[in-house]
Amino acid sequence: MFYRENGQFKASYVEDQQILGIRQDRWFIFGLIAFALFAVPYLASDYMFRAVLIPFLIVSLAAIGLNLLVGYCGQISLGHAAFMGIGAYAAYNLVVRFPQLNFILVLVLAGLIAALVGILFGLPSLQIKGLYLGVATLAAQFFIDWVFARVKWFTNYSPSGSVSTAPIEMFGFKFDTPTERYLLVLVVVIVFALMAKNLVRGHIGRSWMAMRDMDVAAEVIGIRPMYAKLSAFAVSAFYAGVAGAMWGFVHLGSWEPAAFSVNFSLNLLFMIIIGGMGSILGSFIGAAFIVLLPITLNQILPVLGGLVGMNFGTALASHMEFMIFGALIIFFLIVEPLGIARLWAIGKEKLRLWPFPH
Amino acid sequence: MRQRNIGDVILDVRNISLAFGGVKALQSISFDVREHEVRAIIGPNGAGKSSMLNCINGVYHPQEGEIVYKGEVRRDMDTHHAAESGIARTFQNLALFKGMSVLDNIMTGRNLKMKTGILAQALHFGPARAEELREREFCEHVIDFLEIQPYRKTPVGRLPYGLQKRVDLGRALAAQPQVLLLDEPMAGMNVEEKQDMCRFVLDINDEFGTTIVLIEHDMGVVMDISDRVVVLDYGKKIGDGTPDEVRNDPEVIRAYLGAGH
Repeated sequence: MFYRENGQFKASYVEDQQILGIRQDRWFIFGLIAFALFAVPYLASDYMFRAVLIPFLIVSLAAIGLNLLVGYCGQISLGHAAFMGIGAYAAYNLVVRFPQLNFILVLVLAGLIAALVGILFGLPSLQIKGLYLGVATLAAQFFIDWVFARVKWFTNYSPSGSVSTAPIEMFGFKFDTPTERYLLVLVVVIVFALMAKNLVRGHIGRSWMAMRDMDVAAEVIGIRPMYAKLSAFAVSAFYAGVAGAMWGFVHLGSWEPAAFSVNFSLNLLFMIIIGGMGSILGSFIGAAFIVLLPITLNQILPVLGGLVGMNFGTALASHMEFMIFGALIIFFLIVEPLGIARLWAIGKEKLRLWPFPH
Repeated sequence: MRQRNIGDVILDVRNISLAFGGVKALQSISFDVREHEVRAIIGPNGAGKSSMLNCINGVYHPQEGEIVYKGEVRRDMDTHHAAESGIARTFQNLALFKGMSVLDNIMTGRNLKMKTGILAQALHFGPARAEELREREFCEHVIDFLEIQPYRKTPVGRLPYGLQKRVDLGRALAAQPQVLLLDEPMAGMNVEEKQDMCRFVLDINDEFGTTIVLIEHDMGVVMDISDRVVVLDYGKKIGDGTPDEVRNDPEVIRAYLGAGH
């Protein structure tokens, strides 16, 4: 009833090409951003920031990166956490070796280094597709894991192999409290999400989607497969690198090589499958899902179990988590391969007509 | 009768041979295409027509022969070079970008004209924005021309077949080609759709002066709209000339109708 675009006429291509074409959508998103920026810092508890909001935002960014590659360009990657690892260790080394660098610059440089590595491991995509490419990226994952576990230079010769970061400081301002860290992450994520959206609606995004949908036709149009695929790998790894650097510095604070293991890579893949392939919004939804589900289950299952007289320990809860994940992924692959974002889009389309059938 | 303004030879195919393993798809095929003409390639199924187009725009690389395009002699073409020098094509079995809207499909056809870098694109500011708007305007002309305005935001997968064929043509047109290769543009269409498509092909040829090389099975269509026809059979050229010459060629009649008729 209220979700109508009646009377909203588009008189120019600029208006027609804006990201949120319908006024109600615009209000909703601006409202959401304003809420996240101005209201959440006063409402949420420290636990909420540490355990939910900060990981959710950072993981969303990584999921956006993976979605650019898998959802938009159609190239699979099973090693995206490794690119996050590259970003995290690159940022660590930059901070250790050049302590005077601004943190934002560190993030960007860490992203660029990850992008270079991404291009390197994207090279097989020029020759192989699908499952075979998946295996090649899995090799990247294990190789990068091995490098950070064995080559001591990257961990600055720390005896245990784990590294810990200095507090983040920018322009003389220290990001100590969870609220400040949350705001830092939020701003970075908003900016990068917007940039991702701009990329996919421009000609570079179209060349990625063309490669995904019909590579021969794309080539005939004059799109170079090498440029399209490698740029997707580079941008995707850049996002993963920035997310990884934030994961290390803002979320973890100190970590070991196992922090960026193949499990994390698969989780990222689950996020975009559940959230929605080829959708920036879907990356957020999927990330929220994967971050929130374990926490919710931990809270709810014991209560539910109490009702039916069963004792749910934490071990059982975590087993339940795996089972529910598995079931959901199978469900989405069969019923809606384009994920929750697609369901959301269908819902909106229906809502435009509601309560009328046509 | 339409006013014709046929120019010099723009594309000259010389002794092209193409084999896949032991299968000889094309055997020493030669023909030329003049600027602004409508040139048809006909032949029974498996005659090598699509292979011929694939050689011209660089998807296949012939083992022998050479292709002279706009005076430049090449051993074989490469897809990027072909696209850049003004050869566009449509596909026999629709090769649209299924996940994208009609507008995005046509905009993708314009990809070569868009040069701004990744950073400018990500910021969507200044040159990137101006470029997007400029190319959008051009694509709107293509959309108007093909009369698909109501569908511009529709995902192509949802359109009926005849319209998808039109989008395929639009995507090729967006590149402003000098030579347009059409691979069975009217296959699977009903009479009205075929008439529409013929009209579009002739209009493209008239209004933009685009040279057209088309593969078609509908003999009525071929004889009506083309200036000259090449006939292939089992990878060999068996006829070449105006529609009337080809129609009366005994060799062509034999290939199409079988011996003894």
